[in-house]
Amino acid sequence: MKIRILIGAVCLSMSPIAAADFGRLLATGGLTTIEGAGGGGIVPWATLSSYAEQGQWGGTLAYNHANVRDYQLDVAAATLNYDNRVEFSYARQRFTLESLGGELEQAIYGVKYRLYGDVVYGKAPQISMGALHKKNTTFALPNAVGAADDSGTDFYLAATKAWLDGPWHRTWLANLTVRATKANEMGLLGFGGDKKDDYSLVAEASVGMFINRHWIVGVEYRQKPNHLNFADEQDWHDVFVGWFPTKRIAVALAYTNLKTIAGAPEQSGVYGSVQVTF
Amino acid sequence: MRDLSVFRALLLILTVFMSHQVAASSDTTATRSTALYDDLGGHDGIRQMMETFVLNIAEDERVVHHFVNADIERFHTQISEHICELSGGPCIYKGASMPEVHKGMNISRAEFNAIVENLITAMETHDVAVSTQNRLLAILAAMHNDVIQR
Repeated sequence: MKIRILIGAVCLSMSPIAAADFGRLLATGGLTTIEGAGGGGIVPWATLSSYAEQGQWGGTLAYNHANVRDYQLDVAAATLNYDNRVEFSYARQRFTLESLGGELEQAIYGVKYRLYGDVVYGKAPQISMGALHKKNTTFALPNAVGAADDSGTDFYLAATKAWLDGPWHRTWLANLTVRATKANEMGLLGFGGDKKDDYSLVAEASVGMFINRHWIVGVEYRQKPNHLNFADEQDWHDVFVGWFPTKRIAVALAYTNLKTIAGAPEQSGVYGSVQVTF
Repeated sequence: MRDLSVFRALLLILTVFMSHQVAASSDTTATRSTALYDDLGGHDGIRQMMETFVLNIAEDERVVHHFVNADIERFHTQISEHICELSGGPCIYKGASMPEVHKGMNISRAEFNAIVENLITAMETHDVAVSTQNRLLAILAAMHNDVIQR
């Protein structure tokens, strides 16, 4: 799957038909999150993926991989952006249980709508709202540990702002996201559960500093809900480096701490992401 | 508990940004420092950089159509003077206001960004430090609304 996506991405990026106008500044499309929406690594931002500006189309293809002690996560994702107003995304997640054996999979359909503002221009932040509809296709295990549903929808509101001339005369970026979710471990362990079968409100944040316009370093935080009795869910953090050599390509490398997942502790490790924009 | 404290730390960082921005904006109104003007290379440095900028625009098919009837010499002189004044240099920009200059041009958001990219490329050509680039870009970005879709 990885090879096929990459070949497709390379073909698309070289095809003149797919050439977009790329009307926004470098890095303003951000990266592709593990849930497919444009953002950082684990937090969706108010920015819309690709470089489409008003009246333009754009899109991205991305492959993300996380390797922590007992698990691996693979994500293939695609996004489409029109008018820098609305973003559609699709992601397929495969979560490999290395020590237990087996896999968990889900598909995520996302939509994000820019409500207000521009991340670079003006004093106010860019504000977007979005929804992520998730369908778990391996529900036997989630069901066995107490999950209520095999599908669910997250709703979020995100505010993102860049300061061109921030501290140390560097460009800084900050994002705050509030999400309503029933998902257990993003939905890989289903939705709702024996402890709580209702929406939880969680907060997420990212802060980054551009060393220059091609390189960003930052941190992310994502609060997690607790719907299952069998194991406590823990909040996620990561520290990332993003590289935007051109508007076509973006690469991210992160050290991520997912702590205890499904009872297995110390799930820290590396995360990598490659994104092609067309 | 530890998770909450991480979140609080992030909020604190955000608060520091905000106060930094407020402090920065009050700086510019209180004292007019020539530091940025000097870092851009003074009168000659700015003129040379703006020449590269104008040449970049001339080769950029996304925006060059806005300049077909323009007096390029005059544009170069005017924009050099304007940057000189904005960066705290000893110049007085005598041209029309930004909304007036761009009236009827209907510059799109994407075209504005293309112009910004031409400026960044010009600054990079002249080895302007990232910190200096960012100070100038922040001043010019504030004109976004006065320039686009006029």
